[in-house]
This record gives sequence, C-alpha cells and structure tokens, in this order.
Amino acid sequence: MLRIEDLHVYYGAIHAVKGISIAIPKGGIVTLIGANGAGKSSTIRSIAGLVKNVKGRILYTPPDGTEMNIAGRRPEDMVRLGIAMSPEGRRILPHLTVEENLKLGAYIRTDTDGVERDRDHVYELFPRLKERSWQKGGTLSGGEQQMLAVGRALMSSPHLVMLDEPSLGLAPLLVKEVFDIIGEINAQGKTVLLVEQNAFAALKIASYAYILEVGAIALEGRGEDLLKDPRVKEAYLGG
Amino acid sequence: MFVQHFFNALTLGSLYGLIAIGYTMVYGILRLINFAHGDMFMLGAYFVFFATTLWALPWSLAVVVAIIGTALCGVLVDRMAYRPLRDAPRISALISAIGVSFFIQNLSLVLFTGLPRAVMRPDWLVNVIKFGDIRILPLAIIVPIVTAALVASLLWVIYRTKPGLAMRAISKDIETTRLMGVPVDKVIAMTFAIGSALAAASGIMWALRYPQINPFMGLVPGNKAFIAAVFGGIGSIQGAVVGGMILGFIEIMVVAFFPGLSGYRDAFAFILLIVILLMKPTGLMGEKLEDKI
Ligand SMILES: Nc1ncnc2c1ncn2[C@@H]1O[C@H](COP(=O)(O)OP(=O)(O)OP(=O)(O)O)[C@@H](O)[C@H]1O
Ligand SMILES: [Mg+2]
Repeated sequence: MLRIEDLHVYYGAIHAVKGISIAIPKGGIVTLIGANGAGKSSTIRSIAGLVKNVKGRILYTPPDGTEMNIAGRRPEDMVRLGIAMSPEGRRILPHLTVEENLKLGAYIRTDTDGVERDRDHVYELFPRLKERSWQKGGTLSGGEQQMLAVGRALMSSPHLVMLDEPSLGLAPLLVKEVFDIIGEINAQGKTVLLVEQNAFAALKIASYAYILEVGAIALEGRGEDLLKDPRVKEAYLGG
Repeated sequence: MFVQHFFNALTLGSLYGLIAIGYTMVYGILRLINFAHGDMFMLGAYFVFFATTLWALPWSLAVVVAIIGTALCGVLVDRMAYRPLRDAPRISALISAIGVSFFIQNLSLVLFTGLPRAVMRPDWLVNVIKFGDIRILPLAIIVPIVTAALVASLLWVIYRTKPGLAMRAISKDIETTRLMGVPVDKVIAMTFAIGSALAAASGIMWALRYPQINPFMGLVPGNKAFIAAVFGGIGSIQGAVVGGMILGFIEIMVVAFFPGLSGYRDAFAFILLIVILLMKPTGLMGEKLEDKI
C-alpha cells in the first residue's frame, strides 16, 4: 500500500530523518518504534503532507489504482487519496463538540449517508464518545480525547490510518483498550501505521516493525521476532 | 427627539458593527490585523458610485455588483499580500497589511481622484417619514434591519455549515484543520470575501447616509470599527456587533446631549478602548487567545 524510499526530513540545519525506507503492505499493521526524538513523528508527518522539507520518495498504491509518488503533496490531497492521521498529542479542537470534531474529520466527503454511517460506527467502537457527543472536545478526559482522535481519523473513510502515539499518557487499562480497538480497525480492513513508544504493546499487534534510532532504521523485522530479540529486549522492553 | 437619536445611533452602530466583523473574523483566524479592511468599506462605496453613474446600472444591481466586487478585492488582498507570508513571522504580515492599505488608498486617489463624490440616493430611502412630530429617515430603519439580517445569515454560516465549521477549527488549530483535509487557503479566502462583503455593505449604506465619498473615507470608520472589535472581544462576531453598537450609541448620544463635546466625537472611541483594555483586556465577549500581537 505504501513504500517509503530513502526519506530525508530537514528542519533548517537539523537532519531529523536520514534516509529511511519502509514498506507497509495492504491490510497490515506496521509499527515504527523508537526513543524520543528518533524521528517517528517526522516520518509520519511527512506522509501526511505536513512537513515542508522532505527528500525521497513516498510511493502510495490506492486499493484500486497504480503506484504514485506522493511526496510533497498537500495534506488535503493525502486525505483525498485515503491517508488519514491521528496526530501526536491528540490535537482535539477544544471548542468544538465531539460530533463537530468527527464532522471535521469527514470534511472532504460529500456522501452524507456514508458519513453518518461511519460516525455511528465510530460511536460503536467508542460508546463513551456517543454519550458525550454534545460535549466540547476540551472537556473530555485524556483517554476520551485519544478515542476521539482515533475516531476522527476514521471519518474520512481512509485506506491507511496513521496513529502517532495513541497510548501516550493513558492508564494501562486504557492502553489495552486502545490497542484492542486498533486491532479491530485493522480486522475491518484498514491498513495501519502505528507510531509508538510503548514497544511491547506495539510489537505484539504489529505484523512488521521498524526501530528508529536518531533518524535511521536500526532494526526491522516481524513483530513477534523483535519481541524475542535480545537487543530489542535490552533497549526497549526493559531487559 | 430621543427616538431620532436612538435610530441614528442604531444606524451608526450597525455600520461600525458590520465593518468590525471583518476585523474580528480575520484576526480570529490568522491573528492578523487587516489594516486594509477599512479600504474595503471605501471600495464598496466607490463601486456603487461607478456602477450607478459610469455603468448606469439600476440601484439594486449596483449594490450586488459592489458587494461582489469588494469581496473579490478582499480575496485579492489576501492572495497577494498575506498568503505568501503565511509561514513568515506575524510582524511581516502586519507590515504587509499596512503597506496594502496605503497602496489601496493611494491607488484609489489616482484612479478616482481626491474629489469628493456624491452617491445617487433613491428618493424612497431619504424622504423623511413623520410619525406625529418624530421625523425619521427610512434609512435609519432599513440599515439596522439589513444589518440584523446579514449578521443572522453570517452566524448561520459559521455555526451551521461546513465552511463555518472549518473557520471555527482554523481559528484554534490551523495545522490540525489542514490534517483533516480542509483546504485551508480556500476557507481563508472565503473569510476575506465575507468580511469584505460586509464592509462593502456598510460602505454602501454609509454613502447613502452621508453621501460624500472620497478615497480616505475608510480611515476613521475603519479605525473605530477596529476599536469596536477589540472592545467587543476580538475573535468574537457577536462581540464585534455589540462593540459597534456601543460605540455608535456613545458617539451619537454624547454629541446629542453634550453638544459642547461634539468636537471630540472621534476621541470617544479611543477613550473607550483604553478603558476596556485596562479593565478587561480580552474585551467584552472575547475569550483568551493564545497569541496576541
Ligand atoms: N518543527 C521542528 N523544528 C525543528 N526541529 C524539529 C521539529 N520537529 C522535530 N524536530 C526535531 O527532529 C527530531 C525528530 O523529532 P520527531 O518529533 O520526529 O521525533 P519522535 O521520534 O516523534 O519523538 P517523540 O517520541 O518524542 O515524539 C528531534 O530532534 C526534534 O527536535
Ligand atoms: Mg513524536
């Protein structure tokens, strides 16, 4: 579905991502893990079209199309192509209601019925959001905001869903809930790119994983293999 | 007497309020003081002047042409002067705004000449109606009604339509709004179009009320409307309308009841501004915005 070839990201003089290559097969869950500042967000933000200074190729194959290089396109083009993202830190619009936040996620769509169906689907995945549909986003708890951020990313009816640290700041029980739902979203046919610091949980559900260290890929492999890898155990799973 | 003053104040307040909305919308979305906004007011009046004289259009059509023409000018200002600076430090856009305003005024001076022009006024708008011994211009009733209708439509757009949702989202977090697939530049252009159209409506009604127009006529009402927007709480549309009304009432009533102070009428707005900024820096209905200039 998506292949990244030799991606570089620069912020002025800072060379944040130094030539990484990643492949995300259709229907899979691929995870990108690494420490703070490794370049995970920079990578997925460049796929979403939010980063100005990128070099390299981002090759996307829509389910019914042929491969194209989408590097450097605008965020709205990415959403139209079927790539959606839940950003780091949730970025819920605090003054809009839950319902309005979801509507914003469906901005590009004109099929009102489909949007309503997808909204109901999000409310099924996250019943707590339904109870709070008229509440302002800013009044939700951190966990609820995270659910809303994930739900909002689903509202454009994407083929590829990118999640930047969805477990950040959540209690362990809630982390499990969020990861279960990521599995469910994937089972319903969406390809997932998951950025995480919670390496254990991410490796457990991922079909394939990349470990990023200071802007370069240090290690890659199937999730279950990396879980057993002594180097990974030592550096990311607490020995 | 009081009734007449009341309607005069309502009219002036409406005209300030309509301009103030444009300042507040652009500030709310871009955190930019659009100094060229007062000039949109002036352009609206000139469009009507030329549409009725040079192009010999009937009144109703002239108004439509003027509003659309001014809206396009507002979009053009954004496209040429602000959009290229979207990622630049905010002070650059502010300087650009001042430059554009000078440019429009001086270009207008060249194109339209500095000669004050009289706008043709349909009789039914200016033939005084008498209720007993109260004498009122039909305009003084029509202006507040038109304003109320425009404000109601605007609120409907902002709170009930998709572009309105996008405007509200952009005002808080432009990057996330972009991430949701919203064509942000188009929505911003739409904001400029709406703000400029309302300024044009105000300029047209102003030209009917005070029929002398010149290229610098936007300066004083523009400044006062900006003060009204800050006073009402910049970023808040309701605040802009309320601020405009209060300013209109103070100006008319002080002059009416303390004629000795009428020489200072343009100073009231500034006094009001200083007082509110000291007492409530966010204005009457404003909420805290993260970055102010
Ligand atoms: N807008 C920016 N301007 C300048 N430098 C940036 C910017 N964004 C990121 N960086 C730098 O790029 C590097 C990679 O940052 P990035 O946010 O991609 O890391 P990350 O892996 O997502 O980290 P975290 O786990 O803390 O979210 C860091 O050194 C960071 O300081
Ligand atoms: Mg990050």
